Amino acid sequence: MIYFVRRFAVFLLTLWAAITLNFIIPRLQPGDPAERIVRRLNPNSRTVDPNQVEAVRKMLGLPDTNIFEQYLQYLQTLVRGEFGVSYSYFPFTVTHMIGQTLPWTLVLGAVTLFIGFVVGTLLGAWAAWRRNGPFDSVTTLGATFLGTLPSFWIALLLLYVCAFKWGWFPVGGGYSGDAQPGWNWAFISSAFEHSVLPAVSILLFAPIGWILGMRNNMVTILGDDYTRLAKAKGLSERRIALWYGARVAVLPNVAGLALAVGGILGGSVVIEQIFSYPGMGRLLFEALRDGDYPLMQTVFLFIIIGVLLADLVADFLYGVLDPRVRRGG
Amino acid sequence: MSMLQQGETPTVSDALPLDEEGAVEQQTRANRRFRVPGWLGILWENRKSRVGLVMLAIFLIVAVFAPLFSPHDPRSNDFAPNLDPGSGHLLGTTTKGEDIFSQLVYGARTSLIVGVVGGLLATAIALVIGLTAGYLGGTVNEVLTFFINLALVVPILPLIALLSAYAPGQGLWVVILIIGLTGWASGARLKKAQILTLRSRDYITAAVFAGEGLWQVIFREIMPNMISLVVVGFMGSAMGAIGAEAGLAFLGFGNPETISWGTMSYWANNQGALVTGQWAWLLAPGLALSFLIMALTLVNFGVDALGNPQLREE
Repeated sequence: MIYFVRRFAVFLLTLWAAITLNFIIPRLQPGDPAERIVRRLNPNSRTVDPNQVEAVRKMLGLPDTNIFEQYLQYLQTLVRGEFGVSYSYFPFTVTHMIGQTLPWTLVLGAVTLFIGFVVGTLLGAWAAWRRNGPFDSVTTLGATFLGTLPSFWIALLLLYVCAFKWGWFPVGGGYSGDAQPGWNWAFISSAFEHSVLPAVSILLFAPIGWILGMRNNMVTILGDDYTRLAKAKGLSERRIALWYGARVAVLPNVAGLALAVGGILGGSVVIEQIFSYPGMGRLLFEALRDGDYPLMQTVFLFIIIGVLLADLVADFLYGVLDPRVRRGG
Repeated sequence: MSMLQQGETPTVSDALPLDEEGAVEQQTRANRRFRVPGWLGILWENRKSRVGLVMLAIFLIVAVFAPLFSPHDPRSNDFAPNLDPGSGHLLGTTTKGEDIFSQLVYGARTSLIVGVVGGLLATAIALVIGLTAGYLGGTVNEVLTFFINLALVVPILPLIALLSAYAPGQGLWVVILIIGLTGWASGARLKKAQILTLRSRDYITAAVFAGEGLWQVIFREIMPNMISLVVVGFMGSAMGAIGAEAGLAFLGFGNPETISWGTMSYWANNQGALVTGQWAWLLAPGLALSFLIMALTLVNFGVDALGNPQLREE
């Protein structure tokens, strides 16, 4: 029990630190955000009209109080879930923009993560069982070398070959313009069609980590004393591999899965950008490109909270699955 | 095991007979001087890392002597735009009329600098924090572990992009600095775990009783046993740094005027190189990146085997 309480306290502390960092980093930047926006609005004029700056300040609700009051206000707005107005999607709020993009990222991320995890873990377990055989060599080397390819590069090639050249799939976006978003067949099939290429680009790389992780864990475990005991008892190879090897070796992967679930929120900036997929990754990219500070800060906050929660779940899960962790601390 | 013995090349016997302390000093210095070639020898023994070392050497030579290898100035746009690969321009020219092959050659420089400097920075931070946390233990360990975990859960690419969006100036060095400062956490955790197991060994206790100081124990007694972990960590950080720079540059963060494989891909994609059929413009930097990462991965196979006898399966 102490393990769990302790772990939860660490979670709260980390969350606070991350939230505070998110407050500090933007404010380390020199200059006045309102002035920057005015400069961006009229890139040709050399002088900045102070009235305009004041207007932008009012419009976006930029604070003119001291930093501690700002910090308190910031915490209050977080608790209330008020993240302000997006600079680049004005008059939409940050919350609205995130609500628009989150489902896309969640679906794409969850599906690819699940498939990648299952495929990767199975391949890794098989490779470890038949270690140093041809299957193991091909899988391990294949995974390693696939991992050296830049993902943006593969995605671009896929986009070019499968979309531009052969016209199998649409070149980008989330769904075609004539489909009405909702629970209707036209929209769902269109969304599916649009998500195939991004999903394939992610899936090419997704299993690599799970394969190598599972294989290494299981190779180690198959050399442990208790596995040798199982062998001495005359249990079948298959039984040893499944019940003595894979069952234990999968634990770190399960914890890793919990962590990866948190990572879904951020989406894949590169992949979503290449395929113009309307998810959180692309939203973050656009916020960064356009200097939309409220938006990028909030997206980043969502990502951090997702990862921290997932980390907490992973540790709890580990504490339940592996009693040694609870005692060892 | 026979491989390891190569590391201790016996050169001390040839040393001039000095007074006793001088001889000891000479000995340690000689050992240190010969450790690096010894390491190369061990890496060379492994077939995979031998291939990696050769590839890495080629990249290094190309990067150092880039002016000799590139037929044109990589920034010069005096050539006809959109030339196909062929005579005069090995990989053709960009839409601005720059020679793609020359850019590829100079891109090796950028990637290697990013890898080495970013990797060293991340490794140094990881080493200091990991060693301090692991060796001192107690409250220091608790506090540092908290920071390690904090840095570990923060997603790297968005953070780097966020920081470089805020950073004053958009130069390559800013990107390297940010990558180095954000990529240390997993290395620090591994090093901490390693030092925790080393700290309780008898020979460390003996060294402490013999009156060696804190830093002496850490750097003379513990560090040599962590070398393979440090090298693997450095390679990992270098790969991460190279990949992160390329990804950022491809997305258009960082300075688009830097000549790197990432910015080449950025421009190629931006100008629709594939649609206009300029395959080489996009394929070349991607393949170059892939080969560099592959070289480092291959070298890592040897380093891994050095630190972990279980991995010596051949």
